Amino acid sequence: MTRADVCAAAIADAFKDDGEIFASPMGLLPMLGVRLAKLTSNPDLVISDGESLFLAGVPPLNAKGDVVEGWIPFRRVFDVVAYGKRHVMMGATQVDRHGNQNISAIGDWKQPKRQLLGSRGAPGNTVNNRTSYWVPKHSPRVFVERVDIVSGVGPRLAKQAGPAAARHNDIHRIVSNLAVFDVTGAGDTLRLLSVHPGVTVDEVREATGFELDVPSDLPTTREPTTEEQVLIKEMLDPRGLRFKEVPDA
Amino acid sequence: MSKGPRDKRMSIDEVVGELKDGMTIGIGGWGARRKPMALVRAILRSDLRDLTIVSWGGADVGLLARAGKIRKLVFAFVSLDSVPLEPNFQRARQDGTIPELVELDEGMFQAGLQAAAQRLPFLPMRAGLGSDVLVNQPWIKTVTSPYAPSDGQSGEELVAVPALNLDAALVHMNRADQHGNATYLGPDPYFDDLFCMAADRAYVSCEQVVDTAGLTVDAPVQRLLLSRMMVSGVVETPHGAHFTTCTPDYERDERFQRAYAAAASGSDEDWAAFEERFLGGDEAAYQAAVEAFGEEQA
Repeated sequence: MTRADVCAAAIADAFKDDGEIFASPMGLLPMLGVRLAKLTSNPDLVISDGESLFLAGVPPLNAKGDVVEGWIPFRRVFDVVAYGKRHVMMGATQVDRHGNQNISAIGDWKQPKRQLLGSRGAPGNTVNNRTSYWVPKHSPRVFVERVDIVSGVGPRLAKQAGPAAARHNDIHRIVSNLAVFDVTGAGDTLRLLSVHPGVTVDEVREATGFELDVPSDLPTTREPTTEEQVLIKEMLDPRGLRFKEVPDA
Repeated sequence: MSKGPRDKRMSIDEVVGELKDGMTIGIGGWGARRKPMALVRAILRSDLRDLTIVSWGGADVGLLARAGKIRKLVFAFVSLDSVPLEPNFQRARQDGTIPELVELDEGMFQAGLQAAAQRLPFLPMRAGLGSDVLVNQPWIKTVTSPYAPSDGQSGEELVAVPALNLDAALVHMNRADQHGNATYLGPDPYFDDLFCMAADRAYVSCEQVVDTAGLTVDAPVQRLLLSRMMVSGVVETPHGAHFTTCTPDYERDERFQRAYAAAASGSDEDWAAFEERFLGGDEAAYQAAVEAFGEEQA
């Protein structure tokens, strides 16, 4: 069992109770996890090729050519965001204690120290549809007290912005290479849900730039089943692309 | 003989000749996909300055920023897709060389173009609420719904996304006729129709100008994205989207893009060498230099 496979199964679990919605993974591990969920816990998930097609089957990572079951150009992605039947898992250059996310820039917005992508669809995603985050390298530079720029809106800021923002705000899971979180801690903060097998709570604390809410009987993230490990290794990612993102310790 | 609609064909330089300093220009496509790059390159060669650029940005924004053409940028992201961060844009932001910025959520961007296309001052939306989009752009206001929800609460307070009115739109399509009807043949229309409708004048570059009947010979009518009533000018620019995608005519030129990104993130000399080799001449010179680059890399 590898850490990458643990992460893939944890990501898959984030989508298992979603029902028949558009699962929108950004990045390699999220795509692997979503496809794993579709093959196991949630066959009703609607998945895309990452561009403009809904795929009826579940192809391996980076494979093309599958049965098409729908058309999802960008304009219709925005429609589905507003419709709400979508769960996006985005990356996060920073994520803070209150579940806010930053992919815009590091430093002062007016003249940043480091310009990143820009806010992309994070502001709209987080007030319209379920949103999760994937962090491949858990560190105090990613998990910060306060993000420099709020791209994705956490529950506290959504509540402060009023009912129109809070109604559909649903930050579901934050999965890193060390642990799994949600945002149901005291005062709408990150709460540690589980640490991955072989990781201690102290390691997570050290890699996190703020005080963590840790339940007293903290479980370990479940190990992927044999079936899941076979699906990942033999079918979804035979080339081992996942190890580039989460190397085996 | 009956009269037909007018012929709108023009040259790249004639398009740029109709643009003025200080104009607000929308650039179609998406990121590193189906961008009107031949028209962007023509702007680079021109004396145009102080432009407001509205774009789901890729190298179009990077090149214009590096050339100092942008006074104000309206964006939601700038990315080369396979190279996530656009080095020229990054440099411009970090050096503070773009005087004014408007950073929107990418869905707000669509709402802004829709508002402009529908001649409305704004459209309401949830996107932006609670985020720093409203903190960094304090001039973007909210609006309270006049309709109270059934639970007796007051109406929802939503973002009033301002109309993104454009002086000119530049888009690149696969095929067009001489009147401005145009088709996309790739997987995604992006928002090129909205750009055209949000603009006072819209200019369409295309891979090939064909007869009107030719537009639907081998493509279903649903691919007719642009109607001539939205279009002021048509330019045939084969490989005009290079180095972005123009599926199915060609895909992104990844090797060239890597060379662009390396030069853009390298020293001033690296960039000067890239500029001299590829951007020093007209569009024909550019395409010839790209062909030579391709042969050299093969």
